[in-house]
Amino acid sequence: MSIVTELEVQSDTGPEQAIEGRSQWQLTWRRLLHDKVAVASIIVILLVTVLAIIAPAFASLTGHGATATFPKTGETSAGLPVPPGTHGFPLGTDSVGRDLLIRILYGARISLFVGVLTTLIATAAGVAVGLIAGYFGGWVDGVLARFIDAVLAFPYVVLALALAARFGPSLPLIIIVITFFSWAAVARIVRGQTLSLKEKEYVEAARSLGASPWRIMFFDILPNLLAPVLVLGTLLVPAAIVFEATLSYLGLGIQEPTPSWGNILAEAQNFYQEAWWYIVFPAAALLITTLAFNLLGDGIRDAMDPRTERIFASQRARKRARKRKRTQAREGGSAASQDHPDPAGPAAPPPTAS
Amino acid sequence: MTAVSLLEVSDLRVSFPTADGLVQAVRGVSFNVAAGQTLGIVGESGSGKTVLTQTLLRLTPGGEITGKAVFNGADLIAMREDQIRKIRGAEISVIFQDPLTSLHPLYKVGWQISEMIRNHDRSVSKAAARERAVELLARVGISQPRSRVDEYPHQFSGGMRQRVMIAMALSLSPKMIIADEPTTALDATVQAQILDLLLDLQRESDTALIMITHDLGVVADIADDVMVMYAGRAAERAIKHDIFYEPHHPYTKGLLESIPNSSAAVGRLKPIAGQPPSLINLPSGCKFHPRCAYVMDQCLTEEPPLAAVGDDGVHRSACWLPASAAGLTGEAEELRRQVVGSHRHGDAAEVAQAITDSVDTEGSILS
Amino acid sequence: MSDDDVLVRVDNLVKHFPIRSSSLLGRTVGQVQAVDGVSLTIGRGQTLGLVGETGCGKSTLARCIAGLIPVTSGTVTFEGSNITNLSRRAMQPYRREIQMIFQDPYGSLNPRRRVGSIIGEPFAVHKMASGAERKRKVQDLMARVGLNPEHYNRFPAEFSGGQRQRIGVARALALQPKLIICDEPVSALDVSIQAQVLNLLADLQDDFGLSYLFIAHDLEVVRHVSHAVTVMYLGRIAESGPKDPVYDAPRHPYTNALLSAVPSADPEAAATRQRIILTGDVPSPINPPSGCRFHPRCPKAQELCSQQDPPLEAKVNDPPDHLTACHFPVAQGETFARAGRVSRTGTA
Repeated sequence: MSIVTELEVQSDTGPEQAIEGRSQWQLTWRRLLHDKVAVASIIVILLVTVLAIIAPAFASLTGHGATATFPKTGETSAGLPVPPGTHGFPLGTDSVGRDLLIRILYGARISLFVGVLTTLIATAAGVAVGLIAGYFGGWVDGVLARFIDAVLAFPYVVLALALAARFGPSLPLIIIVITFFSWAAVARIVRGQTLSLKEKEYVEAARSLGASPWRIMFFDILPNLLAPVLVLGTLLVPAAIVFEATLSYLGLGIQEPTPSWGNILAEAQNFYQEAWWYIVFPAAALLITTLAFNLLGDGIRDAMDPRTERIFASQRARKRARKRKRTQAREGGSAASQDHPDPAGPAAPPPTAS
Repeated sequence: MTAVSLLEVSDLRVSFPTADGLVQAVRGVSFNVAAGQTLGIVGESGSGKTVLTQTLLRLTPGGEITGKAVFNGADLIAMREDQIRKIRGAEISVIFQDPLTSLHPLYKVGWQISEMIRNHDRSVSKAAARERAVELLARVGISQPRSRVDEYPHQFSGGMRQRVMIAMALSLSPKMIIADEPTTALDATVQAQILDLLLDLQRESDTALIMITHDLGVVADIADDVMVMYAGRAAERAIKHDIFYEPHHPYTKGLLESIPNSSAAVGRLKPIAGQPPSLINLPSGCKFHPRCAYVMDQCLTEEPPLAAVGDDGVHRSACWLPASAAGLTGEAEELRRQVVGSHRHGDAAEVAQAITDSVDTEGSILS
Repeated sequence: MSDDDVLVRVDNLVKHFPIRSSSLLGRTVGQVQAVDGVSLTIGRGQTLGLVGETGCGKSTLARCIAGLIPVTSGTVTFEGSNITNLSRRAMQPYRREIQMIFQDPYGSLNPRRRVGSIIGEPFAVHKMASGAERKRKVQDLMARVGLNPEHYNRFPAEFSGGQRQRIGVARALALQPKLIICDEPVSALDVSIQAQVLNLLADLQDDFGLSYLFIAHDLEVVRHVSHAVTVMYLGRIAESGPKDPVYDAPRHPYTNALLSAVPSADPEAAATRQRIILTGDVPSPINPPSGCRFHPRCPKAQELCSQQDPPLEAKVNDPPDHLTACHFPVAQGETFARAGRVSRTGTA
């Protein structure tokens, strides 16, 4: 056994001395809270969400609606957007004199709504399909796996164009398109995980008890999938947001005058020389939001990995060692004492032995 | 002891700071190994046996180490990285438990051995190193070595891979080999072959061998001296015969009584209650006391030193029982009962009661 | 053994795993002959020890008996009823009678489920108890195997290896089975903990009249727990019979070699024991040797051995239930190796 595995085994024997009843989720949560980047991301996401929710309050506060145009105050004499700060437009205006800030906030509502809703549906569908394909194998898997591959290979823009041409572009349309392509990504990963999980001994044990395949899938395999699915879901949201922005940018999604970050950018690109704010602010909003979700997803993935604990611990150990060396060098002291009281105290719980 | 010690370890201590506290993996271990001798280190998980030997070769990153390990006159613990690198492989070699993970899967076996040789001595040509690799494979009993030298690890069976590991360990003719559970993953008949091979090689080149294992049977087979470790320290140290027929420490005795067909086996197996302690939150006094059938008052508060038992100067045991209370005879047991009877009050009696009540044991002596 | 005393009978069981080529069509290019014609019986309240090395097929055999993998040919009979290759539904009532304990204390319990839910699973699957009654039964089981019933809501990660095995035992006991198949139940445990679990299993056998199929590679442990022993080699039975004749007077050269190879924790006994070191490694079950499968490694092999597969039968002067599959069985007192160490080099 490697040293560290030996240590891992040691730190969780003796239930009286060790942690009591802490579930996987509690451990993950604690580790997550130690990750500064992840915490920052959570704060940003919460901030964006709150701003999106209270967007109407901003609108009534400033008196600028999301679609209200202000040609006199909101446009220059040449008919161009005004820069940030003029006449009570904190972020400036767009090409027809609408308050850019308000439009961006309303755009956030669309982005978050579409991002989260499509992710939820896609995840549920993807887990169901992936689980069935992975567990049953055989021809069921043969058919489903090919189907998943086909969906993933399909050019989504073409489909969106076709649907938009037939039914006209709208919000439900893009939700359908985005969901349709997202579930396959989830399904593929879930299928892979299921294939490996079903070989675990506890699944064999469940079979030996006479449990039905459905029971095993729900009670034994699914709980072990939740962790990677959570990470995947968190990373799927920004993908969906960008997807929506792309479709709206192409004119296949949210239509004027309803604001979406995508369609704002579509119009803004025509004014990149004259009105830098028209591009920069919506783009920044998109960037910050998607970045926050991505970083959070990475953070959750790290937090669920018990090995991260060791990395933190060895980093702390190295820091302490360096500090001690400096102190020793200064004082010209002798060898370090053997008894090291743990400065961190019993902080996060030990890694679980795999 | 007439032989000159090749390795002298004095009061070695290793600990690892972790998020939960300081893991005291090794808490003051001392032993000697002479050339041509085999030392068997026996311990279960958490005993510190692996950390101990890995520390000798400074393979324990992040550990805080104190103590000395003098090999051929030089202290391994005090050496710099470049110095210890010269020792690894050339003077002291290690054989690990799982050859599948210790051998690089993407390089041919012969290449791995040649590389090891050439890393230590750049003047050796590739051809010469390869020739040596072929010799070594033949030496460890791999047939058709000239063709097998160009095969990859996965093309060998478990037993053969372990032989390759041994070949690598021998390639620089080390003075000492540390074998960490080398046969645990192997079938019984293959294990017999490997142990046989190790003994042959040792006799030929007078190599010292430290064999780490949890299997007392393996120790009974090939060890000269035995050190039983518990919770980071030596519980008992003696020549083979004494460990099996004159055990003093209750842990040693308990191990023997819990194994079928051992020197101490009696009808129904007598397990040791409880489980090994956490290395972060060690019990007070003697670390074995929560599981000891002979627990006394002193055991709860003071950790016993490794004291001499018998007159040969080798047999030592870390226990408060008197030195004469060693062995498996009825008289020895009677002596233990007497001593315990008069030294067990209050708290110690409670601990003893808990052990007796524990469904794991057969009910220890006395209540 | 009279029919009444026989709990499980296995007749000529064969299990081959097809090896498919990696092409899209997956043609079968060979067979792994994991189990190749095994017959045995397990008596009521008795423990049959099944020993053998890697590739002998003992784990596969166990799973065939438990109905976890389909059988290629042959039959498995439980209390007179044929339970070979039954559908999941038809097998369901027998699942209450036949349970399994697994080797890996870390892998055999779902890390995401609480212990109470794991032990209570059998009740849920067979709809035998629910709610408070189930909880009570689970806690009874926990106490019975030496666990603290208050740890009902803990996760497996919070228990030590030995305790996890106890959880596995509790789960297996839940429906009061008649047969428990133990697949290397103590191999992954520390030595001092092994005895705890072995004693527990012995006690349960006494209390409930359980039968065990005890699979292990540690011959000393098997001797300790079994009433009868079967030695397997490369998918076939080499030797079987009641424990004492097989251990004290083994007739098959492989059994002899295996017994001599097992390290005994008794140096004086070890020194006087006859040593037989076999050549080579255990061959793969994909292309087993012709005739007697042991002949390439057998110190007593002759030409007949490579041509004809020896039948499993009682040899002269042996009790009728001590069976050996060998053309030239080891005679009483025959030594075919020097006492003390015999050194032989291995071949590929």
